[in-house]
Order: sequence, then C-alpha cells, then structure tokens
Amino acid sequence: MAFQILLNVFLALVWMFLKVSNEPIDFLVGYFFGLLLVFTFRRFFPSRFYLLRVVAVINLIAIFIKELLLSNIAVLKVIIKPKLDIQPGIFALPTELKKDWEITLLSNLITLTPGTLVVDISDDNQTLYIHAMDASDAEAAISSIKNTFEKAIMEVSR
Amino acid sequence: MNVIEIVKVIIGICIALGALLTVVTAVGLIRLPDVYTRTHAASKAATLGVMFVLAGTFLYFYLLEGHMNSRLILGIVFIFMTSPVAGHLIARAAYNTNVKLWENSVQDDLAAVKKERAGE
Repeated sequence: MAFQILLNVFLALVWMFLKVSNEPIDFLVGYFFGLLLVFTFRRFFPSRFYLLRVVAVINLIAIFIKELLLSNIAVLKVIIKPKLDIQPGIFALPTELKKDWEITLLSNLITLTPGTLVVDISDDNQTLYIHAMDASDAEAAISSIKNTFEKAIMEVSR
Repeated sequence: MNVIEIVKVIIGICIALGALLTVVTAVGLIRLPDVYTRTHAASKAATLGVMFVLAGTFLYFYLLEGHMNSRLILGIVFIFMTSPVAGHLIARAAYNTNVKLWENSVQDDLAAVKKERAGE
C-alpha cells in the first residue's frame, strides 16, 4: 500500500516535470493521472488497489458517526426518563479480529458509542467483556456490533 | 433572511445542542445507580456535547470571521482519542477493586473469568 502511494506521488512529480510547472494544481492533475495508471496496473502489485482501503476507512467513519448519534439519543432517553428501568450487565463478545491494532480500534469504537463500554479483555485476546446499559438482549447487541464495527474493520485491514 | 443569518442559526443550534447534552450528562451522573452506568453517561454524552460546542465555535470563526482555526478540529480528534481510554480504565479499575454491579443488573459474564484468574 505504501509503495503504491509513493509510486503515485512519483508519477505526479513526473507529470509536473513534463509540464515544466510548479503549480499545486498540476500536482493534483498528475496525481489523478497517476491514480489511473496505478489502477490500470493493479494486478501487478502484491497488495490490493489502495483506494479501496481509503474507501473502507471512510465507510468505517460514516458507520461510527451514525452509531454515535443513534446511541447518544438512546442513552439520553434513558437518563431523562422519569422511571429508571434499565437492565445493565456485562456480556462477552467473541471477536474474530487478530491483530492488536484491530482489537484496540474495535474496543475504542465500542467504548465511544454510548451504552456500551469495554471493561476487560480475555488473556488470549479473543473475548471482549462489555458492560452495556441495556443487556436484556445480549444476542442482539453482539450481532449488531459484529455486523457493523467488526465487519467494517475487517474490510479496512483485509 | 440572508446566508449569514442562516449560518448564525445553525451555529446557535450546534452550541445549544452541545450545552443540552452536557446538562443531560450531569443529570445522568447523579441519577444512575452505579459506577459503570455513570461512566456511560459521563464519558459519552459529554463527548458528543463537547464535539458540538467545538464544531459550532469552528463554524463561527470560519464562516463569519473568515479565520480557520484548525486547533478546534484537533481538539475534537484528541477528545475522541482519549475519552474511550479513560472510560475503559475507570470501569476496569472499578471492576478489579470489586466494586459491585447494580443489584438490577441482569448478567455478568466477567465474574467467572475473574474468579479463575484469582485462583491461579
């Protein structure tokens, strides 16, 4: 991935030399044409085309903002409700992520989302223990985290 | 109503929403029963509240004064990086020092693991 970006910057510089120009706009134009070249030759790189990963990161951020707003409203409702009828609890979330940074990212996103909070992680890094504001339906919470955050993180690191 | 007025209204809504979220956070800190649920209120609603206030301030200086202050954006980024770590550490420290969960809690998968660890 780093190699593809470096190559793309290099192609943009070549474009600037060809145009005998030092304008930033020509760098951008060159970067765009370089991107087309890298895309054309994507089969010859060991890793996949890097723009796909950029799209995956943007997708992850979008999912996160959506979850942040939705669950903030949910927590807000619980707090200002006259009757306190929450059912908090700690449930275990088995995770398929392997690398340390993926697990760190997942637990950060889970903790940032209101209503869920990572309390601990098992010694073999395969289970996250999550305290939830509403643990009455742990299965639903597990599958929703798996389908949103974990899937999106896997898409980034693939 | 020209564009400047519309922008002012949007900025006002942003900052009022941020203030409202912070108030609800404070209410939650008092109302909720145990340390874990309080951490939910404190570390989360405050995050979004501060984010709205900072975003409103950024928009004000950028759109009305024509002055782009990138430090406000950095402030949002740093809050998003530090607040989950703080929330996690508070909850973890509480659990490891045997702070009880609220009596109405429905499940505790961690208790068995903790017992096992203590037995080693």
